[in-house]
Amino acid sequence: MAVQAQEGLAPAKPVFWNDPRFRALIYQVLVLGGVIAFGAYLVNNTIANMEARGISSGFGFLTKTAGFDIGQTLIEYNAESPYWRAMVVSIINTLMVSAFGILLATVLGFLLGVARLSHNWLISRLAAVYIEVVRNLPLLLQIFFWYFAVLRSVPGPRQSLNAWDAFFLNNRGLYMPRPLFESGFSLVVIGFLVAIVGSFVLARWAKKRQMTTGEQFPVFKATLGLVFGLPLLAFLVTGLPLSWEYAELKGFNFAGGMRIQPEFVAMLIALSMYTAAFIGEIVRAGILAVSHGQTEASYALGLRPGLTLRLVVIPQALRVIVPPLTSQYLNLTKNSSLGAAIAYPEIVLVFAGTVLMQTGQAVEIIGLTMAFYLTVSLLISLFMNWYNKKIALVER
Amino acid sequence: MKLAKALFAAAAAVGLSTAASAGTLDDVRGKGFVQCGVSQGLPGFSNPDTAGNWTGLDVDVCRGVAAALFGDASKVKYTPLSAKERFTALQSGEVDVLSRNTTWTLVRDTSLGLDFVGVNYYDGQGFMVRSDLGVKSAKELGGATVCVNIGTTTELNMADYFRANGMDYKPVVFEKADEVVAAYDAGRCDVYTTDASGLAAQRIKLKDPNAHVILPEIISKEPLGPVVRHGDNKWGDVVRWTLYAMVEAEELGVNSGNVDDMKSSANPNVKRLLGIEGEMGKNLDLPNEWAYNVIKQVGNYGESFDRNVGPNTALKLERGLNALWKDGGLQYSMPVR
Repeated sequence: MAVQAQEGLAPAKPVFWNDPRFRALIYQVLVLGGVIAFGAYLVNNTIANMEARGISSGFGFLTKTAGFDIGQTLIEYNAESPYWRAMVVSIINTLMVSAFGILLATVLGFLLGVARLSHNWLISRLAAVYIEVVRNLPLLLQIFFWYFAVLRSVPGPRQSLNAWDAFFLNNRGLYMPRPLFESGFSLVVIGFLVAIVGSFVLARWAKKRQMTTGEQFPVFKATLGLVFGLPLLAFLVTGLPLSWEYAELKGFNFAGGMRIQPEFVAMLIALSMYTAAFIGEIVRAGILAVSHGQTEASYALGLRPGLTLRLVVIPQALRVIVPPLTSQYLNLTKNSSLGAAIAYPEIVLVFAGTVLMQTGQAVEIIGLTMAFYLTVSLLISLFMNWYNKKIALVER
Repeated sequence: MKLAKALFAAAAAVGLSTAASAGTLDDVRGKGFVQCGVSQGLPGFSNPDTAGNWTGLDVDVCRGVAAALFGDASKVKYTPLSAKERFTALQSGEVDVLSRNTTWTLVRDTSLGLDFVGVNYYDGQGFMVRSDLGVKSAKELGGATVCVNIGTTTELNMADYFRANGMDYKPVVFEKADEVVAAYDAGRCDVYTTDASGLAAQRIKLKDPNAHVILPEIISKEPLGPVVRHGDNKWGDVVRWTLYAMVEAEELGVNSGNVDDMKSSANPNVKRLLGIEGEMGKNLDLPNEWAYNVIKQVGNYGESFDRNVGPNTALKLERGLNALWKDGGLQYSMPVR
């Protein structure tokens, strides 16, 4: 009976403007259209005004000769190189300080996080004081502090601090011998690569064997032996195909060898120490988020404290740690732009600074710089999201 | 509806801000002061004194414009700009005139949408080193580390000079002039390079000014002068002729002390300059006593030079290229007639 009644009262199809789904669609189209129209108006307005004032535009400048030099170049670059090459040099410098900064900040941050949870009163207090001081001071101030602390505490080139006539420290940087690879060294590199691939295979095999037989294999020690041993063996067999180029004082400064600039050192210290303070808190939060019952259960199963930490606590803590860690990595990368304040030749100083000044094309150059930071940030996010997914709880 | 309104308002705001830059002369007259872009503190050129008043050769250009326009040299507001920010600030209308030891080059004059209106200081790039290095010539600077300010012609000239002489060097590039000086003083660099007048000015700020020498080589031409926006011709004329009026006054022997007596001078050139004869002011759309006000309140070019950078100041700069043309220099006013 009820069924029949329903058939008789089949709901009338509403008029389309009363259909909520249709209306939602219309609103979204209208808003999107408005945003696009506004954007188009801004772009159009900018182009029209720039033309009216005779400000040049376009990306043609990228292939013109730059005509200036850069203090730290990891790829071939001189004053006759084009602007795009100056951009690449500065991007590499940004990426280098960010990558080393992330590495150092992560290690230091994990140590700090663990130290703050230590049962040793002194260690946990020291970690707490460090975190509270460092994360509550502006980063720019810390960068200036380290830069001038580094600069003023070391002597000039002629009074360099000298270690074994191979390492020299002065206010122009840290000079080290540069390795010169002779023929045959490629075998050492091949040995290293083979060792890495080999250790992955070994780890898989060991895990499979443990699954089936329960027997354990000292994977860590074997990997260590493989990674160091194989290249060393190749090195000895090929007859030590390596020599060193030492830095020596010539005129004003040291020439030859490898040099680490004081600007790089100051940026690296400031960035990693600052970010490490935040990472320390994230790590502490992650570890505290794992309920103590897990540890007790693990002990009850007979696992030693080290294994408990590695196999039970950390995998669960990582699920809490990784998402906020991602934003710290992004912060560090973006904060590297503060290097412009202490002459570290990164993208804001070189590209959005010198190149912008020499060409006067602010819109294009700031656009490219923003596109670079966006790309790097998205790539870091992408990687960290992938990693987060990998360690996420797999429900079975 | 709200969103549409907001969009419309935003669009209208953008439209208005572009319309407002039609004529700087009328804008400035309307708001009652000149917004002047200056350096972040370069003694002798544009530097705030202990009371916070800006003084200097570049500042006098802005004060002169205000005197010509309003009869009151104090109607100026200053915007300190780094070398990197200066052109964008002028392009975007944040300042009306840029008077900030800026070198006149072809590229800047043509591709930035700006116009240079004159030269108030003829300069050239030099090098400063510590005297204990024993360097006597810039040709001995191979292998040196050089501190330099970003976004300057200096950065390019230096690259050209070292390349032309087959010398190697390491640049250390800072955003602010103060940071360059601090790093040089801290020993980060062997050499500090900028315009020779700038070296003289910044040397005062060093811990021990006498421990540094300026090398004899001048490696470039650096004509420094005020800049206005391209296509803003009436305003450009006002700034240009204010500059010329100061030079013309020195040439005619008119200065801030005798300008009132000079009103009764028999010299027709003086009469025209001071607005007793002719309608020079009207042609510029200014009051007829415009030049009188400039000279009375700011002084002629020679007075401005002596007061700010001359031999009796800490900078101790000689007139050199900046002497009047009849004394063998390059300062030459177009005739006021």
